Amino acid sequence: MTTGLIPENTARTYDCRQAFAEELIALAAEDPRIVAVCNDSVGSSNLVRFRELYPDRLINVGIAEQDLVGVGAGLANGGLIPFVSAAGPFLTGRATEQIKTDAAYNGLPVILCGQSPGMAYGELGPTHHSIEDLSWMRAIADLAVAVPADPAQTRAAVRWAAAHDGPVYLRIPRFKIPAVTPEDAPFRPGRSLQLTDGDDITVMAVGTMVSRALTAAEALRAEGIGLRVLNMTFVEPMDIDAVLRAARETHGIVTAEEATTTGGLGAAVASVVAQNHPAPMRILGVPRRFAPTGSASFLLEHFGLTADGIAAAVRELLSHEHR
Amino acid sequence: MLSTDPVGADRFRARRHRIATEDPDAQVRELQQLAAEVRRSVVHMIDKAQLGHIGGDLSVTDILVTLFGRVLDVDPARPHGPDRDRFILSKGHCAASLYATLAHCGYFPLSELSTFMAPLSALNGHPNRTKVPGVETNTGPLGHGFPVAVGCALAARLSGRSYRTYVVLGDGELQEGSNWEAAMTAAHYDLGSLTAIVDRNRLQQGARTEETKRLEPLAEKWTSFGWEAREVDGHDHARLLAALRPSPTGRPVAVIANTVKGKGVSFIEDRVEWHHKVPDAGQVRTALEELNR
Repeated sequence: MTTGLIPENTARTYDCRQAFAEELIALAAEDPRIVAVCNDSVGSSNLVRFRELYPDRLINVGIAEQDLVGVGAGLANGGLIPFVSAAGPFLTGRATEQIKTDAAYNGLPVILCGQSPGMAYGELGPTHHSIEDLSWMRAIADLAVAVPADPAQTRAAVRWAAAHDGPVYLRIPRFKIPAVTPEDAPFRPGRSLQLTDGDDITVMAVGTMVSRALTAAEALRAEGIGLRVLNMTFVEPMDIDAVLRAARETHGIVTAEEATTTGGLGAAVASVVAQNHPAPMRILGVPRRFAPTGSASFLLEHFGLTADGIAAAVRELLSHEHR
Repeated sequence: MLSTDPVGADRFRARRHRIATEDPDAQVRELQQLAAEVRRSVVHMIDKAQLGHIGGDLSVTDILVTLFGRVLDVDPARPHGPDRDRFILSKGHCAASLYATLAHCGYFPLSELSTFMAPLSALNGHPNRTKVPGVETNTGPLGHGFPVAVGCALAARLSGRSYRTYVVLGDGELQEGSNWEAAMTAAHYDLGSLTAIVDRNRLQQGARTEETKRLEPLAEKWTSFGWEAREVDGHDHARLLAALRPSPTGRPVAVIANTVKGKGVSFIEDRVEWHHKVPDAGQVRTALEELNR
C-alpha cells in the first residue's frame, strides 16, 4: 500500500489522544461491556467526555497503578472489556508484574493504554519518559504490542483491541504527528503497512517515527535513493514476512522508534534478521542513557530521531554497501 | 484445561445441599470432615511432589472448606457460569490446599491431585486459571489477588449481576502495598459484595509477622480504610460462617481469621521452618495418623 508522502513541516499534526477518546466513546455506545479504568488520569487520558457520557463506566482507582491493572483484570474476569489507561511510564513501569500476571498470564482481554509515551513529557524528565515500555512489554508472553502512528491507526487500534480475545498494550502518541495512514488501511497483528516503494534500503518505523521516515524517503528520492518505508505498527507479533522480504530484497534495514534501543522494535527486527537472513542494520532510538532536559522535539533531535537522522543512517548503510 | 468430574460434582452438590439443610452442629461436623479430607490430600500431594507450602496449606484449609462447602454460590459443573460467586486465593503458594478443595468438590477428578507439580501437570505450584477450573485468577506473586477481586466486584455491579466476591489473603502478604491500594478502592466504591479473609497465622516465610514488619493493630487498619473488620477463630467453621455474612452497612467486610500455621499436625503447627519444608516418610505417616483422628 502506498500513500502520498506527507512532509512533516507542512502537514497538519495530531495528538492521538483525541482519536483514542473519540473511538472509545463510539465503541462504548455500541457495546455496554466497554469500560475505562484510570489512575487519576482522566484529563491526561482525555477521558473527560467519556466520564460525562458514561460516569459509571469510568473507574478511577486513584494514584495506584498496581491496583489499576489488577482491577482491569478483575473487570475482564467479570465479562467486561476494560481499557486501562495511564501515562506509559507508570503503567508499564509500576505495574509490570500486574501486566504480566493479571493480564497476560491470565489470558484476559485487558487493553493497556500507555498514554504520552516515548519522550512526550519532554522537560519533565526521564522519570516521565516511557522509552523502556516497548522492551518490557515485548518480553511478556501473549501480550500484543501495538504502536499506532496517527489518528486513523489509533482509531483502528482501539477498535481492534476491543474485539481481540487477549491482552494488548497500545501506545497512544501524544507528541503531535501528521496523518500517514489511509482510513481504510487494514489493522491486523503481525501486519505492517508498506508506505513507499523502494529497493535500496528499508526503513521500519513505528509511532512518531513513521512520518519522519516518510520525510526522509522524500529527501533521499531527490538523491536517487529508493526507500521502502514500512509502518510496522505491531512490535509483537511482528510482520516477519515483511522483515525477511526487506532483508532479501533491499540492501539494508534502518529501524526507528521513540524508545530505547535495548529491546524494542530494532532489537526485535535484528533478532529475526540475524537468525534468518543476515543484513546490514542500523537501529535508531534512544541509547541506553537518561535524557537531558529538553522538550520532546528537542530530545528527538538530540537523539537523531529525525528525518535527517534517518536519512543519514540510510546513506551510511549504503556507503558500507558500495565499499 | 482440566475437565469437571461429573460424579464428583454431583456428590458435591448433594453434600452441599445436606450441609445447607442440616442443623448447625451437623453442618460443622460435615465441614470438619471435608477439611480433614483436604488436609490428608495436601499431605499426600506434598509427599508425592516433594515440594509445597505445607504450613500455609494447613492454616487456610478450614477457610477454603467453609467457603466452598457452604458459602460460595458455585457449581463445579459450570465453572465459568457468569453468575458464579468469585473466589480468589491471593496467597497462591497455598495452591495444594486450593487444588485439594476443588477436587473434593468435583471441579476435576481427585486422581489428578497426584500430578501436583509433576512435569506438564495442570497443577502448577501456583494456580493457573487457564488450566484449572475453579481458579479465577493466576496468583503467586503476593498482592495480586485483591485488586483483581475488586475488579470482579465492580464488574458485578456494572453488569447488573448479583454474584459476590471473596478473596483470601495471607497475613504476611499484607505487607505488599498493592493490597492497601485495593482496600481503598473497594471502600471508595462501597463494594459491599466483596469479602476479604486474612489467614492470620502470624508467620511468614522467614519469621513471625510481628518480628518482620508488624501488622498490628490489624483490625484497626481495615476499619480505618473504610471496611468492616471481624475477627474470628479461623478454624471454627461456625464462627467463620457467621463472619462471612455480608455487612448490613453495605461496607466491604474483612474477616481476620486467626489460624495456626500447620494446623492439624502437631510437629508442624506454629513453626516457622515449616513454611515450605517437606516432611520425610516417617513424618508423613505421623501427619496422616494425626489427621485421621
